[in-house]
Amino acid sequence: MISRTGEMTDTLKITNLHVNVADKPILKGVDLEIVRGETHALMGPNGSGKSTLGLAIMGHPGYEITSGSVELNGEDILEKDADERARSGVFMAFQRPVAIPGVKMADFLRHAATNIRRPDRKEGEDLIPMREFRKELREKMGQLKMDTEFARRYVNDGFSGGEMKRAEILQMAMLKPKFAILDETDSGLDVDAVKLASQSIAEIGREKMGILIITHHDKLLEHNIPDKTHVILGGRIVETGGPELAQELHQHGYDRIRAAHPEAAAEDDKMKVEAAAAG
Amino acid sequence: MITDTKTDSNFDVSTAEINKYDFRNEEKYIFKARKGLDEQIVHQISDMKSEPDWMRDYRLSSLKIFNQKAMPKWGGAIDLDFQDIYYYIKPSDQQGRSWEDVPEDIKRTFDRLGIPEAEKKFLAGVKAQYESEVVYGSLREDLAKKGVIFTDTDTAVREHPDLVRQYFSTVIPNTDNKFAALNSAVWSGGSFIYVPPGVSIEFPLQAYFRINAENMGQFERTLIVVDEGAQIHYVEGCTAPMYSTESLHSAVVEIIVKKHARCRYTTIQNWANNIYNLVTKRAVAYEDATMEWVDGNLGSKLTMKYPAVYMMEPGARGEILSIAFSSAGQHQDAGAKVVHAAPNTTSQIISKSISKNGGRSSYRGLVKVEDGARKSKSNVVCDALILDPQSRSDTYPYIEIAEQDVTIGHEASVSRIGEEQLFYLMSRGMSEAEASTMIVNGFIEPLVKELPMEYAVEMNRLIELQMEGSVG
Repeated sequence: MISRTGEMTDTLKITNLHVNVADKPILKGVDLEIVRGETHALMGPNGSGKSTLGLAIMGHPGYEITSGSVELNGEDILEKDADERARSGVFMAFQRPVAIPGVKMADFLRHAATNIRRPDRKEGEDLIPMREFRKELREKMGQLKMDTEFARRYVNDGFSGGEMKRAEILQMAMLKPKFAILDETDSGLDVDAVKLASQSIAEIGREKMGILIITHHDKLLEHNIPDKTHVILGGRIVETGGPELAQELHQHGYDRIRAAHPEAAAEDDKMKVEAAAAG
Repeated sequence: MITDTKTDSNFDVSTAEINKYDFRNEEKYIFKARKGLDEQIVHQISDMKSEPDWMRDYRLSSLKIFNQKAMPKWGGAIDLDFQDIYYYIKPSDQQGRSWEDVPEDIKRTFDRLGIPEAEKKFLAGVKAQYESEVVYGSLREDLAKKGVIFTDTDTAVREHPDLVRQYFSTVIPNTDNKFAALNSAVWSGGSFIYVPPGVSIEFPLQAYFRINAENMGQFERTLIVVDEGAQIHYVEGCTAPMYSTESLHSAVVEIIVKKHARCRYTTIQNWANNIYNLVTKRAVAYEDATMEWVDGNLGSKLTMKYPAVYMMEPGARGEILSIAFSSAGQHQDAGAKVVHAAPNTTSQIISKSISKNGGRSSYRGLVKVEDGARKSKSNVVCDALILDPQSRSDTYPYIEIAEQDVTIGHEASVSRIGEEQLFYLMSRGMSEAEASTMIVNGFIEPLVKELPMEYAVEMNRLIELQMEGSVG
């Protein structure tokens, strides 16, 4: 896509995406297009497929794409492994990131940042120089009001909910992706922490990212006014609007949406029953 | 001249790294005993060393015990023809005091392994053993002046006979097990260290053991006496090139840690995949003394090694940290042994094992508390990481408690590299191989952080080499 100033703008385009998890269809034809620099909100009831969309875009091996495409600037990234997707500029802040005991945040981030900035780097090749990296890391941690001690802790090991989320935002700040998916980065945070997260994301996003914010609330959107708000129900996007749609859903819930889209609502109920049966 | 197994000038860096230890020298020896083991060979070794009669007699009685003892019925499969091994090879007619004195080809070997550089940087003393004999030795002058003795065990028998005789074989008698008996019969080289009361050695002393010849048996004998209130850290590294037939490394290490003294013994072994590594290591710790074994086992065909601490008097502490990494065709049967023989003694065992490409790692450990060892505490943690479905891990914890008033803890875990961990790291741009290596390095981090800096770097590098080609 060509922007008004005439330069090429990066685009993440999801077309008719169908995804199975453990052989059960979860996404049933999702279309979504994000232009770099835009902020989109993705909302929907629990179990409607929000996280699934993020994990499928990122390339989680447990999420099987049965049809459709995910294109970055016209190139389908579905054949790529997660590391190649990351190196091409896609990032996801996870809702529940796993712990990697024994691996220090600083070492992990230095490897990650080097790989993302030098996508052709082979294993074993030089990393970003230590001084340069430390300076940048300290700066970013300062912005996120994180103690420098944090860099010496093991990745997500024994982190509180709030620490995990801040660590994810720190990674986004260090890796400077073209597109970032934030999966419920506000869940489990208190009011002040959500505010800080919201401000930080806005600040980082100013470096021109395309952002997809998956959320239940409008708090994270306070500093990140969505250009578009999408509502997912029963594995499909059923409505797209502006920031007022996010506000409506936060205040009034999904009753109007369910009533307006009875088929998707029935699909949603069916998925919930199946999920409950699966345990 | 150094005969490199890799002559292709186009090979990539990673291949060169793998073969860092896998090079062979032409055999140019002063003396090479014939293959096989009998009284004549034992006499020959004793003659070469101009030993006193008590040592010769000890060797001969040990040979009898070796011949009578059955092979161990547990551990790994040992398929060795004891008559097809060279028991003694003398590579040089004198030991170098300065690096220049060492014969050129041997010097180049240790240059390639980085020994003299390491000495300059961070060691207080070095011994380098090539085949059966120590070919180079040095000790910082200030330590020698304080009465520290760091020499090869053969020289110690000649120059410090009373000291050696007082302690030799007191911790591990030749009747202990078949391989201890074998070592006692044909031992050669190894380190003898004596640290006088109150002397604290800040930098590590290091020994490096290198097997070069095919079908070689290396039987070093190490004896360390840390006198009252003294402190020492001893480090040993071991390597050998790859041959088509098996070689044997069977060492005996005895350590005496006296009242209020402290000893740490760190081993990083990276044997070629056809070495049987059957080693007996044991320490006795007296009142308020601390003994720590840090033991890293990579390579070898079969390793059977269980560093032990016998806590003889109140307040003694024993700590054993071990890592085993096994790959295709390898069995690491490693672990630890602690014996609480006095009240208020404390022990801790931390064992980490990694198995990949069909490798097998076993933890075998014994915690024994004798009657009357009241208020003793012991804690055992063993974690295994299995990288693929072909690989295997077993745990054999033995606990014998004859005292009521004790605190004993045991935790064991087995994990596989998780899909979620791999995905998380890959989503941050790490390749699958890099992600696996990172997870493995994280897994052994509790041990690696106990190593001196240079060894920590080396350990991580060795793990990276072991991990290469493990994915895909």
